[in-house]
Amino acid sequence: MTMNSQGRSTTPDEAIPMSEIQTVSGSRGLQQREDLIFETGSTGKTGVDLPNPKGTKSRLGSVTRKRPTDLPGLSEPETMRHYVRLSQKNYAIDLGLFPLGSCTMKHNPRLNEKVARMPGFADIHPLQPQATVQGALELIDQLATWLKTLTGMPAVAMSPKAGAHGEFCGMMAIRRALIARGEIETRTRVLVPASAHGTNPATAVQCGFKVDEIKADERGRVNMEDFKAKLEDSSDIAGIMLTNPNTCGLFETDIMEIADLIHEAGGYFYCDGANFNAIMGRVRPGDLGIDAMHINLHKTFSTPHGGGGPGAGPTVLSDALADYAPVPFVVKDEDIYSLVEETEGEGEEAFGRLCAFHGQMGMFTRALAYMLSHGADGLKQAAEDAVLNANYVQARLKSTMTAAFDGYCMHEALFSDAFTAEGIDTLDISKALIDEGYHPMTMYFPLVVHGAMLIEPTETESKAELDRFCDALGAIAERAKAGDESLKGAPYLAPMRRLDETQAARKPVLRWTPPEPDRMAAE
Amino acid sequence: MTQHFTQQVTFYTEDHEWVTVHGDLATVGITKYAADQLGDVVFVETPEVGKTVKKGDEMAVVESVKAASDVYAPLSGEVIDANGELADAPEKVNEHPETEGWFCVIKFSDGAETKGLMDKDAYYEFCKGQA
Repeated sequence: MTMNSQGRSTTPDEAIPMSEIQTVSGSRGLQQREDLIFETGSTGKTGVDLPNPKGTKSRLGSVTRKRPTDLPGLSEPETMRHYVRLSQKNYAIDLGLFPLGSCTMKHNPRLNEKVARMPGFADIHPLQPQATVQGALELIDQLATWLKTLTGMPAVAMSPKAGAHGEFCGMMAIRRALIARGEIETRTRVLVPASAHGTNPATAVQCGFKVDEIKADERGRVNMEDFKAKLEDSSDIAGIMLTNPNTCGLFETDIMEIADLIHEAGGYFYCDGANFNAIMGRVRPGDLGIDAMHINLHKTFSTPHGGGGPGAGPTVLSDALADYAPVPFVVKDEDIYSLVEETEGEGEEAFGRLCAFHGQMGMFTRALAYMLSHGADGLKQAAEDAVLNANYVQARLKSTMTAAFDGYCMHEALFSDAFTAEGIDTLDISKALIDEGYHPMTMYFPLVVHGAMLIEPTETESKAELDRFCDALGAIAERAKAGDESLKGAPYLAPMRRLDETQAARKPVLRWTPPEPDRMAAE
Repeated sequence: MTQHFTQQVTFYTEDHEWVTVHGDLATVGITKYAADQLGDVVFVETPEVGKTVKKGDEMAVVESVKAASDVYAPLSGEVIDANGELADAPEKVNEHPETEGWFCVIKFSDGAETKGLMDKDAYYEFCKGQA
């Protein structure tokens, strides 16, 4: 034992097992317990102490509040601590690997943030005269050029603000094309494979179409026999909505035949481009016969999901649909950029307008910064590394866990729960992963795989990090295989233990009510 | 020509609905296998009474903690009754899927449509193949 000059040991005493440590405060070390804001403050307290203004009279009249608001009073430091503590309970890509399959949770480079904050982009207003925002319009035009080049498509609608909004844009363009053909009344059926994203059928219905589901085959791809059978009477076919690579993390190998057949049937081909990260720079959707596809800038092009700003889902369109792209769009005449705002003149064929302005400028700057900093070769490598990483995870875990399908995957590895012992569920594995410090993977989706676990590591992770993750998940999987009942209680180390999700859904409590004595005091 | 069933018979579909026919009425629900696979059911949307359904149409929705699934009409006809209790007590679908957890009653128009459905033994074998 080493001693310091006072003769005290420099190493701490023998540790007590972590699970046996109880604290008075409910905090676990620096992971502080935090109550609801209503419980932290109280309605009888105020955090500000200002005298009533003298010499003024309330002009509220009949709208004067009759009862107190019952909002808790907190001081500024109490309020700050409340929200900072909550923020520390968050999981984020800046904290660790975020394996959510189908979400492409890649690193958001700081360079993007720097560019997005440049005053010329950040401090402009959508109603500013166009002559004063030429740089911003040029940026939109440049980003559009990159997207068209990467997808091999002639046109792109920039305004959709999310993936599903992009789907809506694509399907509205298809609707508009069917109206132009005089077939909107008759062509009402949209085919959607079981392996498509869940938003696809919702979009089709939202746009007034009927959904007809195509089965998956045993390889996790579109069942071609079922697809062809559904085309036998093709007079009512409006199109197909397919996700490629699909939600099983697999490339739809028959995609060109699917495109040919749907076109022969008189329909259009919508491709959900949410998984474009797997093929960017390697495959141009335009070459596959696709008519419309949205691109999630917040997935493939590294702009933040949610908290850092809204998403963006620009939608590329083929020649058949290009004219129907929504307004506004950027046009260039000589060296002057301008926005076509009206559905007349140049925008005559447009199906309409999707949002007040041109889309998410902040996301456009970030996405273009990502493209320019990577270059075409860098983007291609990002896609290759994303696929390599997913295959590494699949290869490392498939001896313990059950890979849902044989062979290589694309950008995400999919496992079923076939390997777990009776009574241990996908949910238990996900919860145990929280104790290991990871956000759980996507679970129970896609529906075509029993107890699905979908893992998308993205190109962000190093081999060392993938190994740490696989060590953790592999060990949990071994316990699940052995029927370790303690998994049913996970997570043990999270700020909150496992919640009763069933009761939360069946009998949700959506409003905080004060405990009885307080309520009486308030009345 | 409507085929009438003088005795109560239960059929099963590949989408895991059960349908008990008697006379020209069919009571429909989801099977125990389906309820177990879904996990705890938290919401059920039964069809409107008076609605006409075609065999294979999406007729009802069942939502669990894991997933939301459509329930398809096993026979064509008119919905003449729906289990209103499921709105407040969706757990009945887990507890008694093939009795109290029924979804609706269809007055069916063509008894011959039962031809493609499975009996209990065939359905049991079908489920074994699904695992």
